[in-house]
Amino acid sequence: MKISPIKLIDENGRRIDGRLPHEIRKVKIESGVLKNADGSAYIELGNNKIIVAVYGPREVYPKHQALADRALLRCRYSMAPFSVEERKTPSPTRREIELSKVIREALEPAIFLEEYPRTAIDVFIEVLEADGGTRTASITAASVALADAGIPMRDLVTAIAIGKVEGLLVVDLNGLEDQYGEGDMPIAMMPQLGYVTLFQADGRFTAEELKEAFKLANDAIKKIYEEQKQALKRKYLKVAEIGEI
Amino acid sequence: MSSKASEVLSLLKRDVLLGNLKRGERLDGRGPEDYREIKIETGIIGKAEGSALVHIGDTKVIAGVKAEIGTPFPDTPNQGVQIVNAELIPLASPIFEPGPPGEDDIELARVIDRGLRSAETIRLDELVLIPGKKVWTIFIDIYSLDYNGNLFDASGLAALSALLTTNLKKTEITGENIILKEEEQPLPVGRKPVYVTLVKIEDILLVDPSYEEELLADARITFIVDESDNICGIQKGGKKGFKPSEILKAADIAIETATKLRKILPST
Repeated sequence: MKISPIKLIDENGRRIDGRLPHEIRKVKIESGVLKNADGSAYIELGNNKIIVAVYGPREVYPKHQALADRALLRCRYSMAPFSVEERKTPSPTRREIELSKVIREALEPAIFLEEYPRTAIDVFIEVLEADGGTRTASITAASVALADAGIPMRDLVTAIAIGKVEGLLVVDLNGLEDQYGEGDMPIAMMPQLGYVTLFQADGRFTAEELKEAFKLANDAIKKIYEEQKQALKRKYLKVAEIGEI
Repeated sequence: MSSKASEVLSLLKRDVLLGNLKRGERLDGRGPEDYREIKIETGIIGKAEGSALVHIGDTKVIAGVKAEIGTPFPDTPNQGVQIVNAELIPLASPIFEPGPPGEDDIELARVIDRGLRSAETIRLDELVLIPGKKVWTIFIDIYSLDYNGNLFDASGLAALSALLTTNLKKTEITGENIILKEEEQPLPVGRKPVYVTLVKIEDILLVDPSYEEELLADARITFIVDESDNICGIQKGGKKGFKPSEILKAADIAIETATKLRKILPST
Protein backbone atom coordinates (compact mmCIF):
# COMPACT_ATOMS: atom_id res chain seq x y z
CA MET A 1 0.00 0.00 0.00
CA LYS A 2 1.29 3.40 -0.99
CA ILE A 3 1.41 5.58 2.12
CA SER A 4 1.18 9.29 1.50
CA PRO A 5 3.83 11.33 3.28
CA ILE A 6 1.44 14.27 3.39
CA LYS A 7 -2.10 14.60 4.68
CA LEU A 8 -4.33 14.95 1.62
CA ILE A 9 -7.60 15.57 3.47
CA ASP A 10 -7.71 17.60 6.69
CA GLU A 11 -9.94 17.14 9.73
CA ASN A 12 -12.57 19.48 8.23
CA GLY A 13 -12.81 17.33 5.14
CA ARG A 14 -10.99 19.91 3.04
CA ARG A 15 -8.47 18.84 0.42
CA ILE A 16 -4.88 20.01 0.27
CA ASP A 17 -5.83 23.01 -1.87
CA GLY A 18 -8.84 23.84 0.29
CA ARG A 19 -11.49 22.28 -1.95
CA LEU A 20 -14.32 20.04 -0.83
CA PRO A 21 -14.27 16.48 -2.23
CA HIS A 22 -16.76 17.22 -5.02
CA GLU A 23 -15.43 20.63 -6.00
CA ILE A 24 -13.57 21.18 -9.24
CA ARG A 25 -10.75 23.68 -9.59
CA LYS A 26 -11.26 27.07 -11.18
CA VAL A 27 -11.66 26.62 -14.91
CA LYS A 28 -11.06 29.18 -17.65
CA ILE A 29 -11.50 28.39 -21.33
CA GLU A 30 -10.86 30.64 -24.32
CA SER A 31 -11.40 29.83 -27.98
CA GLY A 32 -9.68 31.22 -31.06
CA VAL A 33 -6.42 32.10 -29.36
CA LEU A 34 -4.09 31.34 -32.29
CA LYS A 35 -4.01 33.04 -35.67
CA ASN A 36 -2.47 30.33 -37.87
CA ALA A 37 -4.54 27.40 -36.67
CA ASP A 38 -7.98 26.73 -38.17
CA GLY A 39 -9.25 26.37 -34.63
CA SER A 40 -7.68 26.79 -31.23
CA ALA A 41 -8.40 26.88 -27.53
CA TYR A 42 -6.65 27.60 -24.25
CA ILE A 43 -7.64 26.11 -20.93
CA GLU A 44 -6.62 26.74 -17.37
CA LEU A 45 -7.82 24.18 -14.89
CA GLY A 46 -6.30 25.10 -11.55
CA ASN A 47 -2.61 25.35 -12.33
CA ASN A 48 -2.85 23.42 -15.59
CA LYS A 49 -2.22 25.54 -18.65
CA ILE A 50 -2.84 23.88 -21.98
CA ILE A 51 -3.08 25.21 -25.51
CA VAL A 52 -4.63 23.29 -28.41
CA ALA A 53 -4.49 23.94 -32.15
CA VAL A 54 -6.59 22.22 -34.82
CA TYR A 55 -5.55 22.18 -38.46
CA GLY A 56 -7.86 20.79 -41.13
CA PRO A 57 -9.62 19.27 -42.78
CA ARG A 58 -6.55 19.51 -44.99
CA GLU A 59 -4.56 17.38 -47.41
CA VAL A 60 -3.00 14.26 -45.93
CA TYR A 61 0.75 13.91 -45.92
CA PRO A 62 2.11 11.25 -46.28
CA LYS A 63 -0.59 10.61 -48.87
CA HIS A 64 -0.88 6.85 -48.33
CA GLN A 65 -2.36 7.53 -44.88
CA ALA A 66 -5.50 9.02 -46.41
CA LEU A 67 -8.72 7.10 -45.78
CA ALA A 68 -11.21 6.63 -48.61
CA ASP A 69 -14.36 6.88 -46.50
CA ARG A 70 -13.53 9.38 -43.78
CA ALA A 71 -11.08 11.97 -42.54
CA LEU A 72 -7.96 10.82 -40.77
CA LEU A 73 -7.92 12.16 -37.22
CA ARG A 74 -4.45 12.63 -35.81
CA CYS A 75 -3.67 13.77 -32.33
CA ARG A 76 -0.44 14.74 -30.64
CA TYR A 77 -0.38 15.28 -26.89
CA SER A 78 2.89 16.80 -25.82
CA MET A 79 4.23 18.22 -22.58
CA ALA A 80 6.65 21.12 -22.69
CA PRO A 81 9.97 20.37 -20.96
CA PHE A 82 9.32 23.15 -18.45
CA SER A 83 5.76 22.09 -17.66
CA VAL A 84 6.77 19.75 -14.84
CA GLU A 85 9.01 19.80 -11.74
CA GLU A 86 11.92 17.91 -13.35
CA ARG A 87 12.62 18.87 -16.95
CA LYS A 88 10.94 16.45 -19.33
CA THR A 89 12.76 15.49 -22.49
CA PRO A 90 11.13 17.12 -25.55
CA SER A 91 10.93 13.81 -27.44
CA PRO A 92 7.65 11.93 -26.98
CA THR A 93 7.62 9.57 -24.00
CA ARG A 94 5.66 6.31 -23.88
CA ARG A 95 3.13 8.08 -21.68
CA GLU A 96 2.61 10.82 -24.27
CA ILE A 97 2.24 8.26 -27.05
CA GLU A 98 -0.45 6.39 -25.12
CA LEU A 99 -2.22 9.61 -24.16
CA SER A 100 -2.21 10.82 -27.76
CA LYS A 101 -4.01 7.61 -28.69
CA VAL A 102 -6.64 7.67 -25.93
CA ILE A 103 -7.31 11.39 -26.46
CA ARG A 104 -7.80 10.77 -30.18
CA GLU A 105 -10.24 7.97 -29.37
CA ALA A 106 -12.04 10.27 -26.93
CA LEU A 107 -12.56 12.96 -29.60
CA GLU A 108 -13.24 10.70 -32.60
CA PRO A 109 -16.81 9.70 -31.65
CA ALA A 110 -17.83 13.37 -31.62
CA ILE A 111 -16.60 14.31 -35.09
CA PHE A 112 -18.43 13.75 -38.39
CA LEU A 113 -15.23 12.37 -39.96
CA GLU A 114 -17.24 10.76 -42.76
CA GLU A 115 -18.02 14.25 -44.11
CA TYR A 116 -14.38 14.75 -45.14
CA PRO A 117 -12.94 11.65 -46.83
CA ARG A 118 -9.27 11.74 -47.92
CA THR A 119 -8.43 14.64 -45.61
CA ALA A 120 -6.63 14.94 -42.31
CA ILE A 121 -7.71 16.70 -39.14
CA ASP A 122 -4.77 17.34 -36.85
CA VAL A 123 -5.12 18.12 -33.17
CA PHE A 124 -1.97 19.44 -31.51
CA ILE A 125 -1.99 19.67 -27.72
CA GLU A 126 0.79 21.41 -25.85
CA VAL A 127 0.78 21.21 -22.07
CA LEU A 128 2.52 24.38 -20.90
CA GLU A 129 2.12 23.70 -17.21
CA ALA A 130 0.94 20.47 -15.62
CA ASP A 131 -0.70 19.90 -12.25
CA GLY A 132 -2.74 16.70 -12.46
CA GLY A 133 -5.55 16.04 -14.92
CA THR A 134 -3.81 17.19 -18.09
CA ARG A 135 -5.37 14.51 -20.28
CA THR A 136 -8.89 15.45 -19.28
CA ALA A 137 -8.26 19.20 -19.56
CA SER A 138 -6.66 18.55 -22.98
CA ILE A 139 -9.78 16.76 -24.20
CA THR A 140 -12.02 19.55 -22.93
CA ALA A 141 -9.91 22.17 -24.73
CA ALA A 142 -9.40 20.08 -27.88
CA SER A 143 -13.13 19.71 -28.45
CA VAL A 144 -13.53 23.50 -28.15
CA ALA A 145 -10.69 23.96 -30.67
CA LEU A 146 -12.38 21.49 -33.06
CA ALA A 147 -15.65 23.40 -32.80
CA ASP A 148 -13.75 26.66 -33.24
CA ALA A 149 -12.28 25.22 -36.48
CA GLY A 150 -15.86 24.84 -37.71
CA ILE A 151 -15.66 21.07 -37.91
CA PRO A 152 -19.13 19.53 -37.66
CA MET A 153 -19.56 17.66 -34.41
CA ARG A 154 -22.21 15.52 -32.73
CA ASP A 155 -21.42 17.09 -29.36
CA LEU A 156 -18.53 18.61 -27.48
CA VAL A 157 -16.40 16.25 -25.43
CA THR A 158 -15.94 17.15 -21.78
CA ALA A 159 -13.65 15.38 -19.38
CA ILE A 160 -12.77 15.23 -15.70
CA ALA A 161 -10.75 12.92 -13.46
CA ILE A 162 -12.28 11.21 -10.46
CA GLY A 163 -9.75 10.10 -7.89
CA LYS A 164 -9.49 8.20 -4.65
CA VAL A 165 -7.77 10.02 -1.83
CA GLU A 166 -7.55 8.56 1.66
CA GLY A 167 -10.36 6.17 0.77
CA LEU A 168 -12.65 8.95 -0.45
CA LEU A 169 -13.77 9.62 -4.01
CA VAL A 170 -12.82 13.15 -5.03
CA VAL A 171 -13.43 15.15 -8.19
CA ASP A 172 -10.69 16.72 -10.32
CA LEU A 173 -7.43 15.43 -8.83
CA ASN A 174 -4.59 17.89 -8.56
CA GLY A 175 -0.93 16.96 -9.02
CA LEU A 176 -0.26 16.05 -5.38
CA GLU A 177 -3.46 14.03 -5.08
CA ASP A 178 -2.55 12.23 -8.28
CA GLN A 179 0.94 11.45 -7.02
CA TYR A 180 0.07 10.38 -3.49
CA GLY A 181 -3.57 9.33 -3.82
CA GLU A 182 -4.81 5.77 -4.23
CA GLY A 183 -6.41 5.98 -7.62
CA ASP A 184 -7.16 8.01 -10.70
CA MET A 185 -10.12 7.53 -13.05
CA PRO A 186 -10.27 9.94 -15.98
CA ILE A 187 -13.67 10.10 -17.71
CA ALA A 188 -14.64 11.90 -20.92
CA MET A 189 -18.21 12.20 -22.11
CA MET A 190 -20.30 13.69 -24.86
CA PRO A 191 -22.56 15.38 -22.30
CA GLN A 192 -25.61 15.95 -24.49
CA LEU A 193 -25.59 12.44 -25.98
CA GLY A 194 -24.56 10.68 -22.77
CA TYR A 195 -21.72 8.62 -24.20
CA VAL A 196 -18.46 7.90 -22.42
CA THR A 197 -15.60 8.26 -24.88
CA LEU A 198 -12.59 8.00 -22.59
CA PHE A 199 -12.47 5.84 -19.53
CA GLN A 200 -9.37 4.70 -17.74
CA ALA A 201 -8.43 3.83 -14.22
CA ASP A 202 -5.49 2.92 -12.13
CA GLY A 203 -5.49 2.22 -8.43
CA ARG A 204 -8.13 -0.04 -6.87
CA PHE A 205 -11.86 0.63 -7.06
CA THR A 206 -14.91 -1.43 -6.14
CA ALA A 207 -17.82 -1.85 -8.55
CA GLU A 208 -19.85 0.42 -6.24
CA GLU A 209 -17.23 3.15 -6.48
CA LEU A 210 -17.46 2.91 -10.25
CA LYS A 211 -21.15 3.83 -10.08
CA GLU A 212 -20.44 6.66 -7.65
CA ALA A 213 -17.64 7.94 -9.91
CA PHE A 214 -20.05 8.31 -12.83
CA LYS A 215 -22.44 10.36 -10.71
CA LEU A 216 -19.66 12.66 -9.53
CA ALA A 217 -18.23 12.98 -13.03
CA ASN A 218 -21.65 13.84 -14.43
CA ASP A 219 -22.05 16.89 -12.19
CA ALA A 220 -18.53 18.19 -12.85
CA ILE A 221 -18.87 17.61 -16.59
CA LYS A 222 -22.12 19.62 -16.68
CA LYS A 223 -20.31 22.63 -15.19
CA ILE A 224 -17.35 22.41 -17.54
CA TYR A 225 -19.65 21.87 -20.53
CA GLU A 226 -21.24 25.27 -19.80
CA GLU A 227 -17.77 26.86 -19.74
CA GLN A 228 -16.96 25.31 -23.11
CA LYS A 229 -20.12 26.66 -24.69
CA GLN A 230 -19.51 30.10 -23.19
CA ALA A 231 -15.94 30.11 -24.56
CA LEU A 232 -17.26 29.44 -28.07
CA LYS A 233 -20.00 32.06 -27.79
CA ARG A 234 -17.67 34.73 -26.39
CA LYS A 235 -15.54 34.63 -29.51
CA TYR A 236 -18.54 35.48 -31.67
CA LEU A 237 -19.70 38.19 -29.29
CA LYS A 238 -16.31 39.81 -29.87
CA VAL A 239 -16.73 39.45 -33.63
CA ALA A 240 -20.18 41.05 -33.36
CA GLU A 241 -18.82 43.98 -31.35
CA ILE A 242 -16.09 44.64 -33.85
CA GLY A 243 -18.70 44.45 -36.59
CA GLU A 244 -20.60 47.38 -35.08
CA ILE A 245 -17.59 49.71 -35.12
CA MET B 1 3.60 3.06 -35.46
CA SER B 2 3.22 -0.65 -36.09
CA SER B 3 -0.10 0.32 -37.53
CA LYS B 4 -2.66 -2.19 -38.45
CA ALA B 5 -2.15 -2.07 -42.18
CA SER B 6 -5.33 -3.56 -43.57
CA GLU B 7 -8.07 -3.30 -41.04
CA VAL B 8 -10.96 -4.28 -43.23
CA LEU B 9 -13.70 -6.81 -42.96
CA SER B 10 -15.52 -7.89 -46.09
CA LEU B 11 -19.09 -6.65 -46.26
CA LEU B 12 -20.28 -10.22 -46.63
CA LYS B 13 -18.55 -11.35 -43.44
CA ARG B 14 -19.72 -8.24 -41.66
CA ASP B 15 -23.34 -8.96 -42.50
CA VAL B 16 -23.05 -12.59 -41.41
CA LEU B 17 -21.35 -11.59 -38.17
CA LEU B 18 -23.92 -8.92 -37.36
CA GLY B 19 -26.86 -11.10 -38.37
CA ASN B 20 -25.66 -13.92 -36.13
CA LEU B 21 -24.97 -11.59 -33.20
CA LYS B 22 -28.51 -10.28 -33.32
CA ARG B 23 -29.65 -13.86 -32.78
CA GLY B 24 -27.23 -14.12 -29.84
CA GLU B 25 -24.73 -16.29 -31.71
CA ARG B 26 -21.09 -15.71 -32.43
CA LEU B 27 -19.31 -17.08 -35.50
CA ASP B 28 -17.35 -19.60 -33.43
CA GLY B 29 -20.49 -20.84 -31.66
CA ARG B 30 -19.91 -19.00 -28.39
CA GLY B 31 -22.53 -17.07 -26.44
CA PRO B 32 -21.88 -13.36 -25.77
CA GLU B 33 -20.30 -13.97 -22.36
CA ASP B 34 -18.39 -17.16 -23.20
CA TYR B 35 -14.62 -17.15 -23.14
CA ARG B 36 -12.56 -19.20 -25.58
CA GLU B 37 -10.55 -22.17 -24.33
CA ILE B 38 -7.46 -21.12 -22.41
CA LYS B 39 -4.22 -23.04 -22.09
CA ILE B 40 -1.29 -21.85 -19.98
CA GLU B 41 2.18 -23.40 -20.18
CA THR B 42 4.78 -22.13 -17.74
CA GLY B 43 8.51 -22.58 -17.31
CA ILE B 44 9.05 -23.02 -21.02
CA ILE B 45 12.14 -20.81 -21.37
CA GLY B 46 15.07 -22.16 -19.38
CA LYS B 47 17.11 -18.97 -19.53
CA ALA B 48 14.30 -16.76 -18.26
CA GLU B 49 13.60 -16.40 -14.54
CA GLY B 50 9.94 -16.94 -15.34
CA SER B 51 7.96 -17.56 -18.51
CA ALA B 52 4.53 -18.46 -19.80
CA LEU B 53 2.86 -19.20 -23.10
CA VAL B 54 -0.84 -18.47 -23.10
CA HIS B 55 -3.35 -19.65 -25.68
CA ILE B 56 -6.77 -18.06 -25.83
CA GLY B 57 -8.37 -19.93 -28.70
CA ASP B 58 -5.95 -19.35 -31.56
CA THR B 59 -4.35 -16.29 -29.97
CA LYS B 60 -0.91 -17.01 -28.57
CA VAL B 61 1.19 -14.74 -26.39
CA ILE B 62 4.47 -15.48 -24.67
CA ALA B 63 5.82 -13.56 -21.69
CA GLY B 64 9.29 -13.83 -20.25
CA VAL B 65 10.59 -12.42 -16.98
CA LYS B 66 14.24 -11.43 -16.59
CA ALA B 67 15.66 -10.12 -13.34
CA GLU B 68 18.73 -7.94 -12.99
CA ILE B 69 20.33 -6.10 -10.13
CA GLY B 70 20.05 -2.38 -10.75
CA THR B 71 19.63 0.97 -9.07
CA PRO B 72 16.23 2.14 -7.80
CA PHE B 73 14.44 5.21 -9.14
CA PRO B 74 15.39 8.30 -7.07
CA ASP B 75 11.80 8.87 -5.91
CA THR B 76 11.36 5.24 -4.77
CA PRO B 77 14.73 4.36 -3.20
CA ASN B 78 13.26 1.46 -1.22
CA GLN B 79 11.44 -0.32 -4.01
CA GLY B 80 12.45 -2.68 -6.76
CA VAL B 81 11.80 -1.71 -10.37
CA GLN B 82 9.12 -3.14 -12.66
CA ILE B 83 9.41 -2.68 -16.41
CA VAL B 84 6.82 -3.99 -18.86
CA ASN B 85 7.39 -4.05 -22.58
CA ALA B 86 5.13 -5.44 -25.29
CA GLU B 87 5.85 -6.07 -28.94
CA LEU B 88 3.27 -6.74 -31.62
CA ILE B 89 5.73 -8.46 -33.92
CA PRO B 90 5.00 -9.00 -37.63
CA LEU B 91 5.31 -12.74 -37.10
CA ALA B 92 1.99 -12.66 -35.27
CA SER B 93 -0.26 -11.16 -37.92
CA PRO B 94 -0.22 -9.78 -41.46
CA ILE B 95 -1.44 -6.47 -40.03
CA PHE B 96 1.55 -5.94 -37.73
CA GLU B 97 4.46 -4.10 -39.29
CA PRO B 98 8.11 -4.15 -38.31
CA GLY B 99 9.64 -1.12 -36.67
CA PRO B 100 9.89 0.49 -33.27
CA PRO B 101 6.94 0.03 -30.90
CA GLY B 102 3.92 1.99 -32.05
CA GLU B 103 1.00 3.31 -30.06
CA ASP B 104 -0.75 -0.07 -29.95
CA ASP B 105 2.32 -1.80 -28.50
CA ILE B 106 2.85 1.00 -25.98
CA GLU B 107 -0.80 1.12 -24.91
CA LEU B 108 -0.79 -2.65 -24.36
CA ALA B 109 2.43 -2.57 -22.31
CA ARG B 110 1.24 0.35 -20.20
CA VAL B 111 -2.15 -1.20 -19.46
CA ILE B 112 -0.50 -4.47 -18.35
CA ASP B 113 1.99 -2.45 -16.29
CA ARG B 114 -0.71 -0.39 -14.55
CA GLY B 115 -2.73 -3.47 -13.61
CA LEU B 116 0.28 -5.20 -12.05
CA ARG B 117 1.22 -2.01 -10.21
CA SER B 118 -2.27 -1.21 -8.90
CA ALA B 119 -2.63 -4.79 -7.66
CA GLU B 120 0.90 -4.70 -6.23
CA THR B 121 1.49 -8.05 -7.90
CA ILE B 122 5.25 -7.78 -7.64
CA ARG B 123 6.07 -6.93 -4.02
CA LEU B 124 8.50 -4.23 -5.03
CA ASP B 125 9.24 -3.33 -1.39
CA GLU B 126 10.65 -6.83 -0.90
CA LEU B 127 13.09 -6.50 -3.79
CA VAL B 128 15.52 -4.12 -2.09
CA LEU B 129 19.06 -5.45 -1.69
CA ILE B 130 20.90 -2.35 -0.44
CA PRO B 131 18.39 0.40 0.43
CA GLY B 132 18.66 3.37 -1.92
CA LYS B 133 21.41 1.70 -3.95
CA LYS B 134 20.73 -1.79 -5.21
CA VAL B 135 17.39 -3.39 -6.00
CA TRP B 136 16.04 -6.10 -8.26
CA THR B 137 14.76 -4.84 -11.60
CA ILE B 138 12.07 -7.12 -13.00
CA PHE B 139 11.62 -6.96 -16.77
CA ILE B 140 8.43 -8.44 -18.19
CA ASP B 141 8.60 -8.77 -21.95
CA ILE B 142 5.44 -9.73 -23.78
CA TYR B 143 5.55 -11.04 -27.34
CA SER B 144 2.46 -11.80 -29.36
CA LEU B 145 2.96 -14.92 -31.48
CA ASP B 146 -0.41 -15.35 -33.13
CA TYR B 147 -2.98 -12.54 -33.08
CA ASN B 148 -6.54 -13.74 -33.30
CA GLY B 149 -8.17 -11.20 -31.03
CA ASN B 150 -7.95 -10.10 -27.40
CA LEU B 151 -4.25 -9.45 -26.92
CA PHE B 152 -4.92 -7.54 -23.70
CA ASP B 153 -6.29 -10.54 -21.78
CA ALA B 154 -3.76 -12.94 -23.27
CA SER B 155 -0.87 -10.60 -22.44
CA GLY B 156 -2.14 -10.02 -18.90
CA LEU B 157 -2.54 -13.75 -18.32
CA ALA B 158 0.91 -14.44 -19.76
CA ALA B 159 2.56 -11.74 -17.65
CA LEU B 160 0.83 -12.88 -14.45
CA SER B 161 1.53 -16.59 -15.11
CA ALA B 162 5.18 -15.84 -15.81
CA LEU B 163 5.49 -13.80 -12.59
CA LEU B 164 3.78 -16.50 -10.51
CA THR B 165 6.41 -19.00 -11.66
CA THR B 166 9.41 -16.67 -11.44
CA ASN B 167 12.31 -17.61 -9.19
CA LEU B 168 15.06 -15.22 -8.13
CA LYS B 169 18.52 -16.21 -7.00
CA LYS B 170 19.07 -15.88 -3.26
CA THR B 171 21.63 -13.25 -2.34
CA GLU B 172 24.27 -12.74 0.30
CA ILE B 173 25.11 -9.15 1.09
CA THR B 174 28.30 -8.08 2.80
CA GLY B 175 28.68 -4.31 2.92
CA GLU B 176 28.28 -3.12 -0.67
CA ASN B 177 28.91 -6.56 -2.14
CA ILE B 178 26.09 -8.69 -3.45
CA ILE B 179 26.82 -12.35 -4.06
CA LEU B 180 24.28 -14.35 -6.05
CA LYS B 181 23.85 -17.85 -4.69
CA GLU B 182 22.88 -20.97 -6.58
CA GLU B 183 19.71 -21.45 -4.53
CA GLU B 184 16.53 -19.81 -5.71
CA GLN B 185 13.39 -18.48 -4.11
CA PRO B 186 10.03 -17.52 -5.61
CA LEU B 187 9.46 -13.89 -6.58
CA PRO B 188 7.38 -12.28 -3.81
CA VAL B 189 3.90 -11.73 -5.27
CA GLY B 190 0.85 -9.95 -3.90
CA ARG B 191 -2.54 -9.74 -5.55
CA LYS B 192 -3.25 -11.51 -8.82
CA PRO B 193 -5.02 -9.31 -11.36
CA VAL B 194 -6.91 -10.89 -14.25
CA TYR B 195 -7.60 -8.87 -17.39
CA VAL B 196 -11.04 -9.14 -18.97
CA THR B 197 -11.81 -7.39 -22.25
CA LEU B 198 -15.22 -6.81 -23.79
CA VAL B 199 -16.18 -5.16 -27.04
CA LYS B 200 -19.40 -3.44 -27.97
CA ILE B 201 -20.94 -4.10 -31.38
CA GLU B 202 -24.02 -1.94 -31.82
CA ASP B 203 -25.60 -2.52 -28.40
CA ILE B 204 -24.23 -6.00 -27.81
CA LEU B 205 -21.42 -6.65 -25.32
CA LEU B 206 -19.08 -9.54 -26.12
CA VAL B 207 -16.49 -11.04 -23.79
CA ASP B 208 -13.10 -12.13 -25.20
CA PRO B 209 -13.48 -10.74 -28.74
CA SER B 210 -12.12 -12.62 -31.74
CA TYR B 211 -10.16 -10.74 -34.39
CA GLU B 212 -13.23 -10.26 -36.61
CA GLU B 213 -15.25 -9.03 -33.66
CA GLU B 214 -12.53 -6.52 -32.80
CA LEU B 215 -12.62 -5.21 -36.37
CA LEU B 216 -16.36 -4.79 -36.24
CA ALA B 217 -16.39 -3.37 -32.70
CA ASP B 218 -17.54 0.18 -31.96
CA ALA B 219 -15.55 0.28 -28.74
CA ARG B 220 -13.48 -1.88 -26.45
CA ILE B 221 -13.07 -1.93 -22.68
CA THR B 222 -10.67 -3.84 -20.46
CA PHE B 223 -11.21 -4.35 -16.73
CA ILE B 224 -8.42 -5.58 -14.49
CA VAL B 225 -9.88 -7.48 -11.54
CA ASP B 226 -8.13 -8.82 -8.43
CA GLU B 227 -9.14 -11.74 -6.18
CA SER B 228 -11.29 -9.53 -3.92
CA ASP B 229 -13.27 -8.29 -6.95
CA ASN B 230 -11.62 -4.88 -6.85
CA ILE B 231 -11.01 -3.18 -10.15
CA CYS B 232 -7.27 -2.51 -10.51
CA GLY B 233 -7.41 -0.73 -13.81
CA ILE B 234 -9.64 0.14 -16.74
CA GLN B 235 -8.84 1.04 -20.31
CA LYS B 236 -11.41 2.04 -22.90
CA GLY B 237 -10.45 2.03 -26.55
CA GLY B 238 -12.05 2.23 -29.95
CA LYS B 239 -13.68 4.82 -32.13
CA LYS B 240 -17.06 5.16 -30.39
CA GLY B 241 -18.35 5.54 -26.86
CA PHE B 242 -20.18 3.55 -24.20
CA LYS B 243 -23.23 4.58 -22.23
CA PRO B 244 -22.44 4.65 -18.49
CA SER B 245 -24.98 1.84 -17.99
CA GLU B 246 -23.11 -0.29 -20.54
CA ILE B 247 -19.83 0.26 -18.71
CA LEU B 248 -21.36 -0.75 -15.39
CA LYS B 249 -22.87 -3.86 -16.99
CA ALA B 250 -19.51 -4.67 -18.60
CA ALA B 251 -17.83 -4.28 -15.20
CA ASP B 252 -20.21 -6.81 -13.64
CA ILE B 253 -19.60 -9.27 -16.47
CA ALA B 254 -15.85 -8.74 -16.19
CA ILE B 255 -15.85 -9.43 -12.43
CA GLU B 256 -17.82 -12.63 -12.97
CA THR B 257 -15.55 -13.72 -15.81
CA ALA B 258 -12.42 -12.96 -13.78
CA THR B 259 -13.56 -15.35 -11.05
CA LYS B 260 -13.75 -18.13 -13.63
CA LEU B 261 -10.39 -17.29 -15.22
CA ARG B 262 -8.67 -17.22 -11.84
CA LYS B 263 -9.25 -20.96 -11.41
CA ILE B 264 -6.79 -21.83 -14.16
CA LEU B 265 -3.88 -19.69 -12.93
CA PRO B 266 -0.68 -21.62 -12.23
CA SER B 267 0.05 -22.21 -8.56
CA THR B 268 3.00 -20.30 -7.13
